[in-house]
Amino acid sequence: MRHSDTLLVAFLKAAAVEDDLIPLSAYEEAAQKFAVTFKEIETIVLENGLFPLRYLRQRKLLAIWGQQRLLQSRVAVIGCGGLGGSIVEMLVRLGVGNLLVVDPDFFVESNLNRQLLATTATLGRYKAEVASERCAIINPMVTLEALNQSFQSENGIQSLASCDLVFDALDSIPLRLELAEICSSLDLFLIHGAVAGWYGQTALVPPASGTMARIYQRTEPESQADGFEGSIGNLSPTVNVIAALQVAAGLSHLLDGEQKSSSAGCFVDLLIPELESWS
Amino acid sequence: MRVTIKLFADFRQGRFASRVCEFVGKVSILRVVQELGIPLAEVGILICNGRHVDFDTELVEGDICSLFPKVGGG
Repeated sequence: MRHSDTLLVAFLKAAAVEDDLIPLSAYEEAAQKFAVTFKEIETIVLENGLFPLRYLRQRKLLAIWGQQRLLQSRVAVIGCGGLGGSIVEMLVRLGVGNLLVVDPDFFVESNLNRQLLATTATLGRYKAEVASERCAIINPMVTLEALNQSFQSENGIQSLASCDLVFDALDSIPLRLELAEICSSLDLFLIHGAVAGWYGQTALVPPASGTMARIYQRTEPESQADGFEGSIGNLSPTVNVIAALQVAAGLSHLLDGEQKSSSAGCFVDLLIPELESWS
Repeated sequence: MRVTIKLFADFRQGRFASRVCEFVGKVSILRVVQELGIPLAEVGILICNGRHVDFDTELVEGDICSLFPKVGGG
């Protein structure tokens, strides 16, 4: 450990509340005093058996090693509309250290009924960029790379290659099938989620499993078929339930040392309500 | 041969939630879907005994088969 790190650790320990909890104010002071980033401070906090105060309520659930695992993870969210906006919000609050958010679109008025990041103030703005601003005001320990272009672009594929996990938050079946192909070629796990009206589904898609193609078998490529969604639309409660199930699946995947090789998922009907899971 | 067919969401309208169906000879899930009058393009996930399967899967006595509608929005 460098001398400056020893001083930083001593500073953090002195600033701890309730023995070992480090408040945001200590990060702010330390960042100035030692010319380090919030992320560097967080790494040192966790390495030294201290715990960020902001994560107090998930301490028993994740422990230091789990929080470290999340901090070191790089996760992609493809699509930043209904599912994507809520997924980003949860990943940022959980403390996933590095996020890649990809969406070529900007917010329009008809997004306001369900998309967390769509507000009267963000209409007309790029969705990924708005996600980046949201991230900064919630958790400055998280680095968010916003890409205002398609995941199929050269930049998109290049950025995906260095990820640990990918969330499918797209709104078109042909695009989902393409994303699954790209993830397979990059050997990446994908957490699929889709909604239509009161219904939604999630699936853990291992690379080269063919799961996405099986889910959307008999979909005519030229039909732009998007299931029920095109005809019946989307509701905020369905979007948020499915986004939450996707994040839970992703979280357990990131924390699980032994990664499953087979797919698993569930279908949710919020109207009854009922949840049917499969593996 | 008897298999249990479970339908979800809008597939239940005018049909049923769960029913034991009797078939003579070999039967694939594709044939079950066709006999129920469900358009193939509307079918999404197919589960047989808790496993994710495709239309060509042949059913055997006692199988429990679940049919879910296709969803694709985000």
